Amino acid sequence: MIDVRNVYKTFYSRHRVEALVDVTMQVDKGEVVTIIGPSGSGKSTLLRCLNHLETIDRGEIFIDGIPLTDSRTNINAVRAEVGMVFQSFNLFPHMTVLGNVTIAPIKVRRRSRDQSEGIAMQLLEKVGIPEKANSFPSQLSGGQQQRVAIARALAMQPKIMLFDEPTSALDPEMIGEVLDVMKTLAREGMTMCCVTHEMGFAREVCDRVVFMDEGRIIEVGTPERMFDSPDHDRTRAFLAQII
Amino acid sequence: METVKDLVHNPRFRSTLSWIALALILIGLVAGTFHTTKKVEYIWRWEQIPRYVLFKDSDLIEAQEDATVIALDRDGSDTVIVAANFLDEEQYYTVPSNLVTVSVGDEIRSGQVLAQWERWKAGLLLKGLILTLEISVLAIILGIIIGLFTGLARLSGSPAPKWLAIGYIELIRGTPLLVQIYIFYFFVGQVFKLSNFMAGVLALSVFAGAYVAEIIRAGIQSIHRGQSEAARSLGMNYYLSMRYIILPQAFKRILPPLAGQFISLIKDSSLVGVIALVELTRAGREIGTSTFNYFEVFFTVAALYLILTFSLSMIVQFMERRFAVSD
Ligand SMILES: Nc1ncnc2c1ncn2[C@@H]1O[C@H](COP(=O)(O)OP(=O)(O)OP(=O)(O)O)[C@@H](O)[C@H]1O
Ligand SMILES: [Mg+2]
Repeated sequence: MIDVRNVYKTFYSRHRVEALVDVTMQVDKGEVVTIIGPSGSGKSTLLRCLNHLETIDRGEIFIDGIPLTDSRTNINAVRAEVGMVFQSFNLFPHMTVLGNVTIAPIKVRRRSRDQSEGIAMQLLEKVGIPEKANSFPSQLSGGQQQRVAIARALAMQPKIMLFDEPTSALDPEMIGEVLDVMKTLAREGMTMCCVTHEMGFAREVCDRVVFMDEGRIIEVGTPERMFDSPDHDRTRAFLAQII
Repeated sequence: METVKDLVHNPRFRSTLSWIALALILIGLVAGTFHTTKKVEYIWRWEQIPRYVLFKDSDLIEAQEDATVIALDRDGSDTVIVAANFLDEEQYYTVPSNLVTVSVGDEIRSGQVLAQWERWKAGLLLKGLILTLEISVLAIILGIIIGLFTGLARLSGSPAPKWLAIGYIELIRGTPLLVQIYIFYFFVGQVFKLSNFMAGVLALSVFAGAYVAEIIRAGIQSIHRGQSEAARSLGMNYYLSMRYIILPQAFKRILPPLAGQFISLIKDSSLVGVIALVELTRAGREIGTSTFNYFEVFFTVAALYLILTFSLSMIVQFMERRFAVSD
């Protein structure tokens, strides 16, 4: 479903930063993969490359068999199949919750408003806040906003969901409600790629854990093996820090 | 002593004092102006001014030849008098129906007054005001369109639109508007056979467009990058994300500086007087040269500009309040 081959990405801002170095990774249909690693290790960059929010310097990325690196590929069509949830929610503040969840299906998928609102209400039901449909994002708590953001991404009925630290901007008491939604999705068979340091989530629903450091994938394994007996010293050192 | 000190530090007393000071300053200004005009022995003739805004004009229709009325045809609120001379050549006179004094079969003589009536006509100042309004409204609309596309081009990643936009903005901001108006009149106007009016409107639009572009660019850049990333990650293309996500949010922030720009534009429109467009300022000048009532005329002109700019401010404030509802 996701096929990343020998990808390199370098930023040239003040200094040269090698954000991704020879990254190769596959995610199969229905698989849930968690990416962990220290700050600045390239986790967000990798995730953003998967829906072409960043362009890559070298290598190849295939999403559902479609090459992102090919200039003939319609990037917007690929993005419509890949939902993304951001650390800072990025809800549209000038629209109601319902507006946020229906705008893309209506404008991109060209579905009717009635049908889109029907689906949107089902999704809001699923993430547990149907009563907030007509509120504006600024009237919601962080946890509620993130759940709306998930519903907004799901409304496009994507084949893949990407999560970039979806809970790290949240107060501790709201983390659970967002993780619950993610767990439900994982159990329903969604293909997911999550950057998160929530070990409980990883252990519970995750198939594989990827550890990154300094732009490289250091090691990959099942949550049990990665957390209990990692091969590399760097992995061990990192896990010791965060637990 | 203590009571005086208390009084001085009492906020209500201070505020009252401030109001009194304001009143005194205003009275002083009016008195000063009055005194100054006394000094230059100026005779105020305010009663001259209203007729330059609106005046009553009498209209009459005279018969051109001796003839016989052969028909009266109603045409809306007017009536067409059809008359035939001795060669059976027909003539037509259109007069308001309620003023028709002849009937079919009547003889009419050359020079006979068929109808006479009075009506209100716009004076030079009112005509100037209307022209200023027309020029400003058109230039504002065109300025927004030019500014929007230039602002978007300015933010484009590809060099051609970006550098064309930068070049245009710098060119316009680096040269005087008066010179731009002359160029539009003498050069662009000649090449494309533009009327004075079109040349004036285009010069002002192109001028405003450059400033609007910078305002729109700043507005778009002030929207957090996460907004466009969220829109693009949902599969929205550039147009959709601009149209539904970025511009609606930017618009709220753009509105106040945009209003300031357009108030400037209304005032800058006084410069198109140099290409023989009798807008408000030029109308004032023309009345001044013929009546020498410069004081009253230009006070009136200033007041009329204030009416335009103040109305625009009010409209924008109303819009701001409407848009503020959603957050
Ligand atoms: N747009 C950018 N311009 C310049 N450098 C960037 C840019 N985005 C990321 N980087 C750099 O690339 C490196 C990897 O960044 P990335 O955001 O992928 O790390 P991360 O693993 O997500 O870190 P964190 O846990 O802090 O989110 C960092 O050194 C970062 O400074
Ligand atoms: Mg990150």
